[in-house]
Amino acid sequence: MSISEKDVVRVAHLARIRVAPDELGRYQAGLSDILALVAQMQDCDTDGVEPMAHPQDIALRLREDTVTEADQRSSLQQGAPQVENGLYLVPRVIE
Amino acid sequence: MPHRHNLTTLRDMLRRREISSTELTHHFLERIDRHSDLNAFITVDEEGALAAAQQADKHLARDEHAPLTGVPLAHKDIFCTQGLLTSCGSKMLRNFISPYDATVVERLAKAGSVLVGKTNMDEFAMGSSNETSHFGPVHNPWDLQRVPGGSSGGSAAAVASRLVPGATGTDTGGSIRQPAAFCGLTGLKPSYGRVSRYGMIAFASSLDQGGPLALSAEDAALLLQCMAGFDSRDSTSIARDTADIDEGLKINLHGLRLGLPAEFFDESIDNAVLTRVREALGIFERLGATLVDVALPNSAAGIPCYYVIAPAEASSNLSRFDGVRFGHRSDQASDLLTLYENSRAEGFGEEVKRRILIGTYALSAGYYDAYYLKAQKIRRVIAQDFSKAFEQCDIIVGPTAPTTAFSLGEKTQDPVAMYLNDIFTNTVNLAGLPGLSIPAGLDEAGLPVGLQLIGQFMDEGRLLGAAHRFQQATDWHQLVPKGF
Repeated sequence: MSISEKDVVRVAHLARIRVAPDELGRYQAGLSDILALVAQMQDCDTDGVEPMAHPQDIALRLREDTVTEADQRSSLQQGAPQVENGLYLVPRVIE
Repeated sequence: MPHRHNLTTLRDMLRRREISSTELTHHFLERIDRHSDLNAFITVDEEGALAAAQQADKHLARDEHAPLTGVPLAHKDIFCTQGLLTSCGSKMLRNFISPYDATVVERLAKAGSVLVGKTNMDEFAMGSSNETSHFGPVHNPWDLQRVPGGSSGGSAAAVASRLVPGATGTDTGGSIRQPAAFCGLTGLKPSYGRVSRYGMIAFASSLDQGGPLALSAEDAALLLQCMAGFDSRDSTSIARDTADIDEGLKINLHGLRLGLPAEFFDESIDNAVLTRVREALGIFERLGATLVDVALPNSAAGIPCYYVIAPAEASSNLSRFDGVRFGHRSDQASDLLTLYENSRAEGFGEEVKRRILIGTYALSAGYYDAYYLKAQKIRRVIAQDFSKAFEQCDIIVGPTAPTTAFSLGEKTQDPVAMYLNDIFTNTVNLAGLPGLSIPAGLDEAGLPVGLQLIGQFMDEGRLLGAAHRFQQATDWHQLVPKGF
């Protein structure tokens, strides 16, 4: 199992990670090696087996729909790269 | 030389006021400074530690004891600590100060411990050698040219070199047990849900568990009792008290059935590791345990299954690092898309990016069934294998890792070779079971070998108890690396 450079570009875009043209070959090789390892999954017979998402196989618990947290906006925004008036700043999206 | 004592002994010495917490904290801080070449710490909080120690001494003077009053500890830098850097070993979070404490941090503070600092780790816990850290590799105190294991390599090196008497770690596929094995420590990955994941930076949420790295099973039990318990802030936390741990420490090995899976004893394993493990099992037998053959026929599928599930969950978890709300933000961004792409490209290291990319690929349209769904089915097959094996035994035993500590740089160019380190540990995470690594002697180069004990769900008490009996009959866990 191998992956093409075009696949790397597609996946990198989905993952929102810039991969420079000179890095493509290295990621392509690394990901292909991992996929070759992962291909060994085919040796395991899973016919009729239900997928298991969680080690205890139990439903997540529910809680009362009540307010449990106070407003912490300012403390949570202290680590943000750019904030103004309680809002996160990003490059202009709408002209 | 107070650092030669284990954590339980130090706790008792503090209670008897044979030493003060301030003296003890000074002593360990001085050792951390003297052995800074190990690179075991990312942050040392001298001021905070001495203030906490002073506070502890006031309590001790009045005979007010919490379980760990005055005992210095370190946290893996994956646990959020309010007001103190929490980097997760990444450039992405090199300036991140958490606004809150992780539950584990909160509980160990409430138990009276003194936090001396945050330990180095593989970036976002992705690695088996501590070489993916943005803050540089950690050195193994048994041989400075070798890795301490990973991802909790800083915690393991710190405890092994007696820079601190105990530390926290996290284990997603072996990240507590393998460094414990490489550094000659007792390291426990608890059952999934036993220790709260709140405030523990997520790698693969269905696999991650926090646990202790310590000098003995008794110390690990004491730390686990303070860390474990229900937490409403973790949606997968399990309501179970820790009474089984106290009970477990009292168990007798007579009639205890240890299961040996043939798959864990094959010829691909380092000879010295196999020899030491077999000798250790001989000691268990002499102490009254019986050895039985069991089978884990699908364990070979564990590594490929794990390297789909863990990266898939990581690609989802790490999408929160977008350069907007916290963490590194690129200054090379003219629009929002390039802000995301450049911030993540600059903030993450190569192994983290590789895992995000493989996880994104496995979850992408057209590949989901072949990869993620297939892996989830294998996960059930692996869990069922364990259930069947436990019909014939109480504890499953084998090596923790196929080799002893390897050299720095030996596997950094070959990710797949690095992944194979987890071959005996990651199926335990897939099944959500508790796993314990204990020292079982040294190889011919003088490097520690780890014996792994795998228990049934929530059976930490029995694991720790069996290890405690073994450690009462052996002294492998008391060996100290030369120069420390």
